[in-house]
Amino acid sequence: MNGPAPHAPPSPPGEAVIEFHQVWYHAPGPAGAGQPLLADLSLAVRRGETLVLLGRSGSGKTTTLKLINRLLEPTRGEVRVEGRATREWDPIRLRRRIGYVIQEAGLFPHFSVERNVGLVPRLEGWPPERIHERVNELLRLVGLDPEQFGGRYPRELSGGQRQRVGVARALAADPPFLLMDEPFGALDPLTRAEIQREFQTLQQRLNKTIIFVTHDLREALLLGSRIALLEGGKLHGVYAPEEFTHGTDPVVAAYMAAFSQKPEAGGQESK
Amino acid sequence: MSTLDFFLKNYPQIWQLTLEHLWLVGVSMLLAVAMGLPLGILLTRRPGFSRPVLGSANIVQTVPSLALFGFLLPVPWLGERADRLAITALTLYALLPVIQNTCKGIAGVDPGVREAARGMGMTDRQVLFQVELPLALGIILAGVRVATVITVGVATIAAAIGAGGLGEFIFRGVAMVDNRVILAGAIPAAALALLADFVLSRIERRLAYAS
Repeated sequence: MNGPAPHAPPSPPGEAVIEFHQVWYHAPGPAGAGQPLLADLSLAVRRGETLVLLGRSGSGKTTTLKLINRLLEPTRGEVRVEGRATREWDPIRLRRRIGYVIQEAGLFPHFSVERNVGLVPRLEGWPPERIHERVNELLRLVGLDPEQFGGRYPRELSGGQRQRVGVARALAADPPFLLMDEPFGALDPLTRAEIQREFQTLQQRLNKTIIFVTHDLREALLLGSRIALLEGGKLHGVYAPEEFTHGTDPVVAAYMAAFSQKPEAGGQESK
Repeated sequence: MSTLDFFLKNYPQIWQLTLEHLWLVGVSMLLAVAMGLPLGILLTRRPGFSRPVLGSANIVQTVPSLALFGFLLPVPWLGERADRLAITALTLYALLPVIQNTCKGIAGVDPGVREAARGMGMTDRQVLFQVELPLALGIILAGVRVATVITVGVATIAAAIGAGGLGEFIFRGVAMVDNRVILAGAIPAAALALLADFVLSRIERRLAYAS
């Protein structure tokens, strides 16, 4: 291994439910022959924690996420979920145990909100009454009135509402894991702040293992129990939020600086 | 006798030929969709096949219709009955728009939706039937509509090999140098094409998801 081992605070209690063992990922085809998207990544996610994958665009955070639900498979190394390599899991069973929330929600435009949220329970063969109850419960959980929103279609919703439905959909079958890929990135700052606060409250009730990708430091500090900083496809380090804010590491410091700078008003000098 | 009188006098025969024409078009379109739709879906799963399949369908389209009928004549079983031959040729002509639009329609589905569907644990078949096909339906139906209108036109050639249809009047009229006879074939054929276009447009609009 070249260079010092990445920083890591003492591991919090709880077993490792998701593990990366020296994982490398190259994009398929001739384009992948050059720089790997992920290089020698080793990481463990503890049960019940919210691990934030933080990094700039192209740092490998989304790739890391997709290796967990096997939308991608490692070129080298192994990703384990609940002790079993992703390659050994039936991909369908694996993904049904993992809630997946993406930016812009990816709601099915031809399904009503109710059908969207009830998707996985329906695939799993739940009885219709149970699905209906569960959908209502979840819509209320994310702050949407089921009477009002159940029958609406995604094109009739605002961005914030769509994202809430996306979260409800990911939670529908009560999976133990939640993968979130910049879920609030497409929202305006006010809506984003609102949803972040609500999600923070939700986190405590949910009791799930959450892996959350973002490039927004504030979001990372607010929602993460640990922050994994990715840079150029490599794991730079894993930090508790307090360690991050007081970090002396140059990359960490650069992040802190970028996010604390106040924009100058046009033409005025900063004081 | 004016054209109108001719129509009125020969109404039963015009009607008979129109039905034959509809039969030729109907069977060919059913076959074209039954083969073209799965082929189009296959191409989205195995892009490697795109070049040969679309290439072949393209070549068939460029062969002039009369020539294609001629080529198929010596083929055993096909060449024995005029309607079999006609339907084969018409089906081949209708394939390209159906395959191409199926591919395009499915490829045009929002990649975010497809990714969400896969990420949630839908099998490939579930993604196809519950997400991709419903969302691609508008474009696929447009392909069916175009193919149908083309087929109505090409089916007039079927009469040249004795398969019946409105082309009969057209060819007879040309041989007799009698405009009324030509029109007795041409006008219903054109009307059929317009009708098919109209009806299929309405269906398209009703079934297609408007994003």
